[in-house]
Amino acid sequence: MSAISREEVAHLARLSRLAVTEEELDRFAGQLDVILQSVARVGEVTAEDIPPTSHSVPLTNVYRDDVVQPCLTPDEVLAGAPDQAEGRFRVPRILDEEE
Amino acid sequence: MSDVTRMTASEIAGLIKNGEVSAVEVTTAHLDRIATVDERVHAFLHVDREGALRAAEAVDRGEKSGPLAGVPIAVKDVMATKGVPTTAASKILEGWRPPYDATIVERLRDAGTVMLGKTNMDEFAMGSSTEYSAYGPTSNPWDLGRIPGGSGGGSAAALAAYEAPLAIGTDTGGSIRQPGAVTGTVGAKPTYGGTSRYGLIAFSSSLDTPGPCARTVADAALLHAAIGGHDVRDSTSIPQPVPDVVAAARLGADGDLSGVKLGLVKEFAGDGTEPGVRAAFQESVEALVKLGAEVVEVSCPHFTYALPAYYLIAPSECSSNLARFDGVRYGLRAGDDGARSLEEVMSLTREAGFGPEVKRRIIIGAYALSSGYYDAYYGQAQKVRTLITRDFQAAFERVDALISPTTPFVAFPFGSRTADPYQMYLADLFTIPTNLYGGPAISVPCGTSEGLPVGFQVMAPTMGDDRMYRVAAALESAVGTLTPPEL
Amino acid sequence: MTTIALPSYDDAIGRYEPVIGLETHVELGTNTKMFCGCPTGFGAEPNTQVCPVCLGLPGSLPVANRAGIEATIRIGLALNCDIASWCRMARKNYFYPDMPKNFQTSQYDEPLCTDGYVDVDVDGETVRVGIERVHLEEDTGKTLHVGGATGRIHGATESLVDYNRAGIPLVEIVTKPVTGTGARAPEVARAYVTELRDIIRSLGVSDVRMEQGSLRCDVNTSLNLPGAEWGTRTETKNVNSLRSVERAVRSEIIRQAALLDGGGSILQETRHFQEDTGDTRSGRSKETATDYRYFPEPDLVPIAPDPEWVARLRAELPEKPSVRYARLREAWGIGELDMQSVVNAGAVELIERTIAAGASPAGARKWWMGELARRANETGTDLADVGATPAQVAELQHLVDTGKLNDKLARAVLEGVVAGEGDPTAVMDARGLGVVSDSGALTAAVDEAIAANPDIAAKIRDGKVAAAGALVGSVMKATRGQADAKAVRELILERLSG
Ligand SMILES: [Mg+2]
Ligand SMILES: [Zn+2]
Repeated sequence: MSAISREEVAHLARLSRLAVTEEELDRFAGQLDVILQSVARVGEVTAEDIPPTSHSVPLTNVYRDDVVQPCLTPDEVLAGAPDQAEGRFRVPRILDEEE
Repeated sequence: MSDVTRMTASEIAGLIKNGEVSAVEVTTAHLDRIATVDERVHAFLHVDREGALRAAEAVDRGEKSGPLAGVPIAVKDVMATKGVPTTAASKILEGWRPPYDATIVERLRDAGTVMLGKTNMDEFAMGSSTEYSAYGPTSNPWDLGRIPGGSGGGSAAALAAYEAPLAIGTDTGGSIRQPGAVTGTVGAKPTYGGTSRYGLIAFSSSLDTPGPCARTVADAALLHAAIGGHDVRDSTSIPQPVPDVVAAARLGADGDLSGVKLGLVKEFAGDGTEPGVRAAFQESVEALVKLGAEVVEVSCPHFTYALPAYYLIAPSECSSNLARFDGVRYGLRAGDDGARSLEEVMSLTREAGFGPEVKRRIIIGAYALSSGYYDAYYGQAQKVRTLITRDFQAAFERVDALISPTTPFVAFPFGSRTADPYQMYLADLFTIPTNLYGGPAISVPCGTSEGLPVGFQVMAPTMGDDRMYRVAAALESAVGTLTPPEL
Repeated sequence: MTTIALPSYDDAIGRYEPVIGLETHVELGTNTKMFCGCPTGFGAEPNTQVCPVCLGLPGSLPVANRAGIEATIRIGLALNCDIASWCRMARKNYFYPDMPKNFQTSQYDEPLCTDGYVDVDVDGETVRVGIERVHLEEDTGKTLHVGGATGRIHGATESLVDYNRAGIPLVEIVTKPVTGTGARAPEVARAYVTELRDIIRSLGVSDVRMEQGSLRCDVNTSLNLPGAEWGTRTETKNVNSLRSVERAVRSEIIRQAALLDGGGSILQETRHFQEDTGDTRSGRSKETATDYRYFPEPDLVPIAPDPEWVARLRAELPEKPSVRYARLREAWGIGELDMQSVVNAGAVELIERTIAAGASPAGARKWWMGELARRANETGTDLADVGATPAQVAELQHLVDTGKLNDKLARAVLEGVVAGEGDPTAVMDARGLGVVSDSGALTAAVDEAIAANPDIAAKIRDGKVAAAGALVGSVMKATRGQADAKAVRELILERLSG
């Protein structure tokens, strides 16, 4: 049984904002299937009462003080912008959907 | 004066300090060497000639001092460098000049090192061969038809080609150590949190660790000391000072390991390791025993799950970390013809800007984190991480450090592992467990197989960075450094 | 398109039971953003309050603002929540251009505060609204839609993004489903948001101004037949005032009832409140909602509040607003409605401080709720920013009480104070507005008036004291209003009693 279908790959690509080609879709589906079948082995470990590790340093409560620091200059902010107008980043029209 | 490009960092620093050579002369020699050989090696994506000479002049004016003042260094192109192109070897960042310096880069400037330029790598540090660079691969100076390892192949090749005596790498699953191993150089992955990630373009945040690359253990330790230590801009940075790695390397160089107990990981003994690699490793183990070390076998039963866990955790984090590359604020924008929607333009930008390995990992990561699969994949991988950490902790109750070959095989020919991504992943089989645990590990040359370098890995407990330097320096004193063929 | 006849509210609520829920976002008033040191001030030039971190530049990393964590815990405590002993931030992944990293740093299954409640008063009865969770997250930037009608996203040809707001700490407060309110659901919703606003304002962690977006509210509504399972809920966004909270619930109840009456079903969707019509309009349906792929934020370490810290914050909580208002109402001797308007005007603190500066409760309230409230209204500013301080108002009232100013003059002096001309006494002197108390000048003016009006003077002399009013008016006119009318009257009577 395959771990991941072509349709699933297409859906994930859309979710990840990747306009993959049909040819890529075919290739990725096969490769991802191999990879996922291999990594699915993590499921073999019974880990009922094992706490997950998200951070490898045992630190907690790392905070900074609420003190203003210098910002970037407007030039620095917009220097790398692909497009800009009125001091803002310009983007094409946004489809009428919101978070 | 003999050729400064063949010298170690500490030798160069000593000559500059004594006024026997100027920093500008040293820098010029290295820039000339780059001009001569880098067309063939392609270790650099960008050479900052003016910036390097300016930094060298400042040292010569006496504005900077310290153990590395005036020493040239190459920096992996994944570190943000103010005003200097930073691409992570991706088309999506082509032409981007960061408005800020990574903490490590800032520390390197303060230490008076001279940044020669930015080195090649697998795109966004995803790969083990530097073949996934969007700007073409780097060649291994030992054999220009072979890979220099990855992702930090450029940094390692720059050292082996004598283009720089020091380099900065980043290690997420072995990207400092494996290139070090296959180029016959030294690469250390510090304890996670022991070196700042601020300004390191994130691949997998919980694993990424910047570290030193050098031609000798002592040089690696010097560089480690210069870049390491707490950074308030990185919440995961360890507040305690880095152990005295320089002293530890000096101690190890004396060649006495009596009282030191080393563990051979039983689970790494299976097949898959090339016979020549195994042989060189075995000889080195014997050399260590001769230096007084006691070597025992230890079992780390969950290490066999490290690779699968890594290939779930790293892609998951990368799928989120790389979401910011969308053509809105910086970098590439594709398909903006005035008619397409932002969503289409974002998708076309990312499609055009990312290479196939990056796309594969983004998709796997999105899959592993999606609501129906989270527990089975990402969640389970995080539990495996706990088990691997426990394996390490149990092992370090018995031994001072763990040892293994750095990578199962020597530098392979270009194209031999790109068709099957999983074959490429196997290059990191022995390096990945350490990243999941967070401890330090170092790769040091330990001989050759079929004329190509073999790496020896020493893994130590978290914040036990000094220990690995001691063992690595001792081994280096016994087996010597490797000299690549002339280019 | 067919239009369904809408039932009346009473009709609708007679047949169905509503379940409501509220999700409120509060922008904290910290000096700096949640994960970087950029300032949070309102109204700066676009993209001038950004740095590598809040711009999501490659390589940048977040560091949490202690003040943001503390404010969230204080809100949680004030809402009677449990404070987590250990929790983490999480990444909420979705693409939107106002979000620099294309994920929002938020909290998912480990919120900082859980399981609290707020008691609200509706028509003299206490209703307990359960609090599911209070969590911390970051705000997004602002997107300006260009080319379409009235700046709306729909029909726009392009958008312009400003990241000044991106990364400002946001606290999200989610209620448990509120059941059993019956017809009072809209009032309960409004009373809850009002109480929440007052509580947060009392903590001083946010200016909680709905019209400026520092308090934003989403309202969930569903209907079910009595005894039946809960219905499908809709989420109404864009509810920007207390009145709108009430209207949104009411109109959604009517709309859903009409659909259910016609045998239709409710679509689980996001709807947008329309300020002009009071209706809700369909937005994106939840079916197409993206999978947010939450996971623990690896760049931030866990939050494990020290129990001593939490205990101290608990001990330092201010008096509950409802208790405080009751106490002040008593002390100021005013009724519930008057107190409510003081609260709504945002004048409680100002009046308190004015009293503390020496004014009588009536005097303090008179200026803040009268002249100054009118002015704030006209100029669209906050009462606190209207240009007069409590100390100045107290001084003004003192000048009135001691007869140095009369009412009309005091208003003129206040105008000068608000215009920034200085403190009341200084304005009075500079503008020459003081009551004429120089008895020589006043006596001269009185004598002049008596001489000019012999008939009236005669009447007064005959004991028709009421006639004095006409002479007072004439003296006031002559002194351009700067005399104290009472003093003038006494002086006239004194001069004519001889
Ligand atoms: Mg939220
Ligand atoms: Zn910022």
